[in-house]
Amino acid sequence: MAISLEDVEHIANLARINLTEDEKFRFREQLSAILDYVAQLQKVDTTTVEPMAMVFKTDDPLRPDEVRPGLTTGELLGAADQVARSQFKIPPVFE
Amino acid sequence: MIMDISTLSLTQVSALLQQGEISSLDLTRAVLDRIALIDDQLHAFLYLDTDRALEQAEKIDRERKKGSKIAKPLLGIPLAVKDVLAVKGMPCTCGSKILENYHPPYTATAVRRLQDAGMIIIGKTNTDEFAMGSSTENSAYGITRNPWDATRVPGGSSGGSAAAVAARMVSAALGTDTGGSVRQPASFCGVTGLKPTYGRVSRYGLVAYGSSLDSCGAFGHSARDVQMLFSAMAGHDPLDATSQNVAIHSMDFTKNPDLRGVRIGVPREYFLPGMQKDVESKVRAAIEIFSELGAQVKEVSLPHTEFAVPVYYLVAPAEASANLARYDGIRFGPRLDGENLWDVFTRTRGEKFGDEVTRRIMLGTYALSAGYYDAYYGQAQKVRALIKRDFEEVFKEVDTIACPVAPTTAFKIGVHGDDPLAMYLEDIFTLPANLAGIPGLAFPVGFDQEGLPVGMQLMGKHFDESNLFKLADAYQQVTDWHKRSPELK
Repeated sequence: MAISLEDVEHIANLARINLTEDEKFRFREQLSAILDYVAQLQKVDTTTVEPMAMVFKTDDPLRPDEVRPGLTTGELLGAADQVARSQFKIPPVFE
Repeated sequence: MIMDISTLSLTQVSALLQQGEISSLDLTRAVLDRIALIDDQLHAFLYLDTDRALEQAEKIDRERKKGSKIAKPLLGIPLAVKDVLAVKGMPCTCGSKILENYHPPYTATAVRRLQDAGMIIIGKTNTDEFAMGSSTENSAYGITRNPWDATRVPGGSSGGSAAAVAARMVSAALGTDTGGSVRQPASFCGVTGLKPTYGRVSRYGLVAYGSSLDSCGAFGHSARDVQMLFSAMAGHDPLDATSQNVAIHSMDFTKNPDLRGVRIGVPREYFLPGMQKDVESKVRAAIEIFSELGAQVKEVSLPHTEFAVPVYYLVAPAEASANLARYDGIRFGPRLDGENLWDVFTRTRGEKFGDEVTRRIMLGTYALSAGYYDAYYGQAQKVRALIKRDFEEVFKEVDTIACPVAPTTAFKIGVHGDDPLAMYLEDIFTLPANLAGIPGLAFPVGFDQEGLPVGMQLMGKHFDESNLFKLADAYQQVTDWHKRSPELK
């Protein structure tokens, strides 16, 4: 199934990835080839098959709601690109 | 000491340490010396924790002298860890520029359990970016080379760990396996590698790629080595909601094993007309040895095998597209500036993700997008159920499945260049175990005409790792392929 450049741009937008013009053309070719290949799944009769999301069906495990030791603010801020007043510093969300 | 202790197996160094023949400091120094000597040629390691490793080794030696009588077989032994597992105090790049300089504030459960058993984390090993790849060529920090032939790939995505063990730089290493990323590099490098049952080893601290498929496994020179690591790291962990609470069988490796009563199935779909002849003949010869040891061998059928590649390359990218949404330039790693927040997201992700990761995120996003979900992701999850059912049927007749790990031995660097689909097809024999959640063990069964290792895979029922270890150990008692090591200058 061939996809268009507009499709590639739409997917890239959904995935929040900036692509160069060159990449758009390349991904159009490659993704089209992969989608052609995976289209063979359509020929499998699955009318009576339940989809499988996980290997084991398990109930959501619960634990007592107790205070337990966790990571400190300082430890977590170590992952931030920029820090200001013990917080992650980011560009403004609203203009 | 005349012998180079860095080249010994985990089982051997464990015995020498416990007998007091060597110290942990001797061993750790020998390992670091050997890495310094040969890793320039291979580039298995992304990071070495030299000072802390030596410090820990000294401390362990001091404590051992004080005479604790508790047997700790892994105490004081260096371990290499794939760079997708979090280790507090060390970088965790996942082979990606988007996590350059990221230092996780906690340690993965699997790693922590091995640390608790006394192992010393010597450093982090190279990987395809976010474990997406079958050759370790997708690392943003350079390729790793195969110790048997430096013009070839070590396999992937855990290529750094497999190469480090194969080159006898370390006796033990951790890897992860989402679609074959422990077993295929084990096969390409001629070492033993385990993908455990899904949920058997905690995924806490394993950077998520395909959450319903990801598993944390291990490499060693032999089934016994890998079993030592597995038994220390497996088991229920409340920090991973998919972790299973099922008892670990204790292992008792017997000399001169008798395999009478063991039923082995050989799936006809795993021997394809186009596969490398040497691979088929060596795997068939290994199966013959199992027969000679008393096992009952019969042909079985896993009819949906041909759909494993298309199923995997929808399910895994779909999960990846969700998991990798967290890399937004804000919470982890570096950030590119932009006019507004949207710009920051798209520019950071566009710039910092490599091609294969971008491709899989795009593929997964498409498969999950409005109008395509049922046709792609939904159908893939149904066919996945059929693949799992194939195994359930076969495991009514046999205990274990024996087959090749990959259709070829290690391929040349760059051979799949810009053809991602050709690379995906390399995974055909390893993907089904991840889709079904069953364990798989890869180990060497000979060499092809070029002198490259050929691997075989044993797959077992859920939670039946001990049976795989038992069979591989029986094979390794009567053969010596696993003792061969590449000549490195």
